[in-house]
Amino acid sequence: MHRNRVKKQGKFRLLVQIIATVFLNGYFMGIMKGKIYTGKSKEICVPVLNCYSCPSALGACPIGALQTVAGGQKHKIPFYALGTLMVFGVLLGRLICGFLCPFGLFQDLLDKIPVKKISIPKKIDKPLRYLKYGILLFLVLLFPAVITDQYGTGEPWFCEYICPAGTMEGGLFHVAVNEQLRKLVGTLFYWKVFLLVVVIIGAMKISRFFCRYVCPLGAFYSLFNRFSFHQMYINAMQCTHCHACEKVCPMALNVPQELNSSECIRCGKCRAVCPEQVITSNFSLHEKNNICE
Amino acid sequence: MKKETELIFLRLIVLLAGMALMILGIMRGELVEVLNKAVRICLECIGIG
Repeated sequence: MHRNRVKKQGKFRLLVQIIATVFLNGYFMGIMKGKIYTGKSKEICVPVLNCYSCPSALGACPIGALQTVAGGQKHKIPFYALGTLMVFGVLLGRLICGFLCPFGLFQDLLDKIPVKKISIPKKIDKPLRYLKYGILLFLVLLFPAVITDQYGTGEPWFCEYICPAGTMEGGLFHVAVNEQLRKLVGTLFYWKVFLLVVVIIGAMKISRFFCRYVCPLGAFYSLFNRFSFHQMYINAMQCTHCHACEKVCPMALNVPQELNSSECIRCGKCRAVCPEQVITSNFSLHEKNNICE
Repeated sequence: MKKETELIFLRLIVLLAGMALMILGIMRGELVEVLNKAVRICLECIGIG
């Protein structure tokens, strides 16, 4: 019964992740033609990390949109993308990371590969998690707006030097099918491929490696996680402290205490595995007691 | 009770602020900027430079 519940929840989440990925990348003609989608929906920011140079992408990556406007000549504060992310953040929090993000799905699949997993000591893990906030602040928001050329245009620092989603979803594909782009490949491309390999190996060894330490979108949503409409709840009186929830948490959280911490991606694994079924989740305007004493 | 009211207030304020920012961004033409970037292969994103 208990094992069935865990399996059922896992299958349900995988199905939602696949549907979200296909829905956001529904331009299959792009893969066949080797061209990206140019329709009007590309002006809409999707709530997940999904490169707009991916040949099948139907919307705009919000992190790319933030950097585009911040690095543009007209507006240095990207109201539209920030507002979109705030709305998604306050409604869903990091449920988006757990259920909707294609790059999260990619990492979950990598995590299923049976290799020896690494447990990062708390002393290293905790400060490393702040890295993603630095990336969000400096590479996504500040540098594109402040470090500009003579025309007042800034570079999309995160996309250019870090983003492995862009390399995987767009870079490898376009370089493979476009001979002109292949001629332009240089050190930067090799650097980004190297980073992608690091992320792939990292995600195989440490679950949700990129989400934990690097993702600026996860960093943004984490600011809303504690008070978003979607929350996790635990019945403190019935919790037996068996620690089953902690063992399955992909973000390596101390679940009863950190149930709605900024790091929780709301994957629901803890809820499924709890033998007492004391963990629940819900959308609500009102607060409930959600901390295990 | 006071804490709950504060939480509801915070959620609604952030939601409204987010919606207001979205509308403001759309009104000042940010959609065009995003669209112009998104309909071309972003050379920086794919690692060409």
